[in-house]
Amino acid sequence: MTFDVRLGLAIAAGKMSALSIRRLGRGGGTALPGIVSNTIDNDILDKLATRVPGGCVVVAGTNGKTTTSRILAEILERSGLRVIHNRSGSNLVRGITAAFTEQVSVSGQPSGQIAVIETDEAALPEIVRRTKPRLIVLLNLFRDQLDRYGELDTIARMWRETLDGLDSSQTLLINADDPALAAISEDSPATRLTFGFQECAHTLDHLPHAADAAVCRRCGATLTYDELYLSHLGAYHCMQCGYRRPTLDYGATDIQLYGLESGHLALGTGEDALEIDAELPGLYNLYNVAAAAGAALTLGMPGWVVKAGIGEFKAAFGRIERVEIDNRQLVLMLIKNPTGFNEVLRTLAMSAMTDPVMIVINDLDADGRDVSWLWDVDAEHLAEVDAPLYTAGIRSGDMAVRLKYAGISPERITPLGDLDGALDRFIEAIPEEGTAFVLPTYTAMLRLRELLYQRGVVQMFWEQ
Amino acid sequence: MKLTICWLYGDTMNIYGDRGNVLALAQRARWRGIDAEITTLAVGEPLDPDSVDIFFWGGGQDREQIPVSRDIQGEKGDLLRRTLEDGAPMLSVCGGYQLLGKHYHPYGEAQLPGIGFFDAWSEAGPERFIGNVVVESDRFGSLVGFENHSGLTFLGPTAEPLGRVRVGRGNNGKDGTEGCIRLNTLGCYLHGALLPKNPAVSDFLVRAALERKYGVTELEPLDDDLEMIAHQEAVRRAEATR
Repeated sequence: MTFDVRLGLAIAAGKMSALSIRRLGRGGGTALPGIVSNTIDNDILDKLATRVPGGCVVVAGTNGKTTTSRILAEILERSGLRVIHNRSGSNLVRGITAAFTEQVSVSGQPSGQIAVIETDEAALPEIVRRTKPRLIVLLNLFRDQLDRYGELDTIARMWRETLDGLDSSQTLLINADDPALAAISEDSPATRLTFGFQECAHTLDHLPHAADAAVCRRCGATLTYDELYLSHLGAYHCMQCGYRRPTLDYGATDIQLYGLESGHLALGTGEDALEIDAELPGLYNLYNVAAAAGAALTLGMPGWVVKAGIGEFKAAFGRIERVEIDNRQLVLMLIKNPTGFNEVLRTLAMSAMTDPVMIVINDLDADGRDVSWLWDVDAEHLAEVDAPLYTAGIRSGDMAVRLKYAGISPERITPLGDLDGALDRFIEAIPEEGTAFVLPTYTAMLRLRELLYQRGVVQMFWEQ
Repeated sequence: MKLTICWLYGDTMNIYGDRGNVLALAQRARWRGIDAEITTLAVGEPLDPDSVDIFFWGGGQDREQIPVSRDIQGEKGDLLRRTLEDGAPMLSVCGGYQLLGKHYHPYGEAQLPGIGFFDAWSEAGPERFIGNVVVESDRFGSLVGFENHSGLTFLGPTAEPLGRVRVGRGNNGKDGTEGCIRLNTLGCYLHGALLPKNPAVSDFLVRAALERKYGVTELEPLDDDLEMIAHQEAVRRAEATR
């Protein structure tokens, strides 16, 4: 391989900017190095991606992409591979470029043997075009941050074009329980594999309000669900045109939830079934587990490595985390969009807890600037649990109003406003030795972690 | 007393948290001891105006707006227009607002006829207006919401705007107007959802419905502390972000 001067310069500049940002204490330095590198060499990502011997795996979906890609990376590492991975959830082109420049030599030789790339929904077409992945894992398409993307249909259309442009050497692994994903992947020339829930006792009676894809994408009729598991994910068919959920290549059975702690599923059936335990709560995480396990098996990982990798896995940054502070335990659960929020509330309501809950809503770009989405959340779940409720963040008031209109008595709702001032007041409200739950949106989680870091009770995420 | 709130095309035109608007109408009736029921009316279902006290019509994606436009051609649309002309209260947002006008012209596609209740028409614009909005309205004071539309609405000479945008772009980004009001029907581009943070508008609709159905003109006041905290927060946020 000849030395590519431009590429070498780009990598060196990217590495230096990451280092200097961390020295200055300005945060994780996860995106700026990518901007610096891309400015020097526009094709840097294309060049580096094609030099990774084991190829690239791209993971996308509205919910669960960070968790899924981290589980997959963990499994691959456990098998002895060195993995390039945008670990901190910086999932736009520049963040992904930064992950590559950090994990190659200055001559452009990747130190990793395979890459696991978590990508933002809107960035998927570009990332796929530039990295030519051997495997694309698509998790779900939920309503998320409409103000950023325009409309959900736009994403589905963009993805379909991308999938139609793949070739037969590439593999697609899709969540067939999502009718939108099943429909847009139908005509792709790539080899299509599917995962989903084959048998699951945890079902919903009706489509939640936040559900997006209740219509048959082939004929426009309303889909009939044989089983509905989470939002619009389930086993479905169309009465009008006969379309139905594709057969599952990786069908999960024996799905068990153990409160706020962990879960279990089996992939496959009979003696060959792979029994998997995961230290992750909620049904939504078992979808992530099924996706990561399916992807690892597709890549040729042995069953025992998959099982062990998942068993050892700790939740991705902020997805769920326990923090000790002043002799009290805070459980942090990230909320990103109606579906994620609903699942967190469903999990809390199922555990019938009475501990204080603080919901922190910001409206910065990464949170979704339009807080309308709070009305797609079934805050009514919280009317069933007897817990004091606090709201905080830039949109503390909006969340308080959402709770009030869910039928919760205003006496139970305390809006605390700005998170910096709210945190101490909330901690004081927790009984000593007690537990409390904090549910922040993405940027609220970043700020919360900074505040907890200043109090010396957590590490910053790039140190994890 | 009982009010029935009909969510027009609630099964398909339901993005941007419109449930908040319907919930606000129902809860603010219930908190005053008035029963409230929420119904939906889908494409192909007949409209029975006597069974509805307040209408809500929200926004949809373009894909969903086409069958709805077809559904309101002919008798159903005429009946809806006559019902609104008779004073039935309605809040319409975005897609619903556009179809209350004369027509909506999506980009590169055939014009979708509306029911012509508002002297207004809409067309796809080149730019998407996205962000927090503050509207000053003679009738309601300040209104807060979040706009997210590429459709532009133009008011005819007989149309009264809901208010003037103090922060944001409004109907068309040019004339400073936002929304439209006629009799007891409001149209606007304000998501957020609109009603929970603007209780004066909720109460205008509830009061209009009670007067029309029961001759009641006075509403029992409610404690709106949380609503006003959210309202003020949204005003400050709009001023800081645009």
